[in-house]
Amino acid sequence: MEPAIEAVGLVKRFGDVTALSGLDLTVPEGTVLGVLGPNGAGKTTAVSILTTLLLPDEGSARVAGVDVLADPAEVRRRIGLSGQYAAVDEVLSGYENLEMIGRLYHLGKERARQRANELLERFDLTQAANRSVKGYSGGMRRRLDLAGALVAAPPVLFLDEPTTGLDPRSRLDLWEIIRELVTQGTTLLLTTQYLEEADHLADDIVVIDHGTAIARGTSDQLKAQVGGERISATLEDPTDTAAAIEALVPLAVGDIESGDPAGQLLVPISGGAAVLTDALRRLDAAGIGLRDVGLRRPTLDDVFLILTGHRAEEDAGPGGLAEGASADDTEAA
Amino acid sequence: MSSVAQALADTAVVAKRNVIKIRRVPEVLTFVLISPIMFVLLFGYVFGNAIEVAGSSYREFLIAGIFAQTVMFGATFTGVGIAEDMEKGIINRFRSLPMAGSAVLAGRTASDVIYNVLSVAVMAITGLIVGWRIRGSFLDAVVAFGLILLFAYAVSWVMAYIALIVPSVEVINNASFMVIFPLSFIANTFVPVEDLPGPLQTFAEWNPVSTVTQAARELFGNIPPGAPQPDAWPLQNPVIYSLLWIVAAVAVFSTLAVRRYQRVTKN
Repeated sequence: MEPAIEAVGLVKRFGDVTALSGLDLTVPEGTVLGVLGPNGAGKTTAVSILTTLLLPDEGSARVAGVDVLADPAEVRRRIGLSGQYAAVDEVLSGYENLEMIGRLYHLGKERARQRANELLERFDLTQAANRSVKGYSGGMRRRLDLAGALVAAPPVLFLDEPTTGLDPRSRLDLWEIIRELVTQGTTLLLTTQYLEEADHLADDIVVIDHGTAIARGTSDQLKAQVGGERISATLEDPTDTAAAIEALVPLAVGDIESGDPAGQLLVPISGGAAVLTDALRRLDAAGIGLRDVGLRRPTLDDVFLILTGHRAEEDAGPGGLAEGASADDTEAA
Repeated sequence: MSSVAQALADTAVVAKRNVIKIRRVPEVLTFVLISPIMFVLLFGYVFGNAIEVAGSSYREFLIAGIFAQTVMFGATFTGVGIAEDMEKGIINRFRSLPMAGSAVLAGRTASDVIYNVLSVAVMAITGLIVGWRIRGSFLDAVVAFGLILLFAYAVSWVMAYIALIVPSVEVINNASFMVIFPLSFIANTFVPVEDLPGPLQTFAEWNPVSTVTQAARELFGNIPPGAPQPDAWPLQNPVIYSLLWIVAAVAVFSTLAVRRYQRVTKN
């Protein structure tokens, strides 16, 4: 079966800046692709090309079985786009926004009305339906924006950083909604700079940096690429470090890191909880006390650091989850 | 539905949205209505008292020019509206929908006709209060107002195009004024074109602001008896020339603007 989204060799330059330098993407029908990368990596440019907003300098793409360059109008009938900046009209009410979008998808007056009400209900916006969007919270706006993308129930959905700038609570709400959509069979391409988000929502992940894919696979595959599990242990007495390393060397599948901070050990292992139990027995036998111990799998943040040499959030400012990205996304075309 | 009917339906949807916004943001409307009053009073009294025109009131002579000039200033709202929609990402939303590419711009220029009608009405009332009179026939006056409104519509398309080529809302006003100021001042609005030096005189004679003003003056019966006949063809046939200019401007700038719209994305 033809993939729902397929892009081959996308190149886009803006003057001297190369936003995309030969990006390939494939999203099988009914799956979620997380496009992960820092600000300026080329995520928005890729989405803009796939949603017909921007022409690539090179490359080709098919979305929902239609050639993006040859028949952009037909592509627009089959997609929904919810952008990084909540593109809803502030002055109009939530209902008016959705009804307008329905009319512009040519659903007809009755159907547009009905669909607007359905979506307001589904996105928990019925109370605010007739209020100006100006008074909506950030989370409500994003929900409305996402609802706008769903008006025509498109088979393929593009969400460009759907949760950037949202507080953690609103983010979880939105994840819930997105997961529900996906179980109903929508194909989704999601861009994000939050590793956790890709981990939660995506079947496959493409990590992009400087306009090209630097890694792809499932979350687990990417983690495996970086290295397996590690035991993280904090010794009660840091002077036991040498003895602890000696006790654990037989279990390690690589070099044991230690001393950062003092009394902390990171032991690369393979075998999961059974090895952890073994490790605990050995430390106990050696009379070494532990303050804390756990099995640690690498996060996508580790993946990013190893793949790109810099942390994912580096370019996005000191934002944790709740901080969101700086508004000046230089990649935006 | 045929594609033309579809485009018209899409245009109506966009225009309806803009009209809702006019109602909800009355501050804009207030400004739209106050500035014409200000222009009529300002130019009418500052210039109107300064110059004597034999056998006629200079203020009365000025009014038609003030109408033409003010609706041109008013057309900057078209540009501001489009630039704002771009800045807020709504244009991107529209562009991702299977709607007619022309509808966003056509809807905007159509809904801005409301501003123009209100602005002209307010100016006419203010003009009547300060002594302007319509001395021609009722039908002629209707034609004059119609011409002014069509002119405003054409300038709206020029502004729509400018809005799509400038990078942000902040520069749209400056960019529009670069078009508006030469057009409004190198014209017969305040001074006779004969008094302008060579190239400026030619510019003024072919300037649509001049011809719309001339047409309106003639149709309102505001040309003093014994005023010299203009030499240039556009000013001798101001209605025809103005209409030709309007049709050409709408054709050229709507084509340019729609083409530009289809390629533009938010920066």
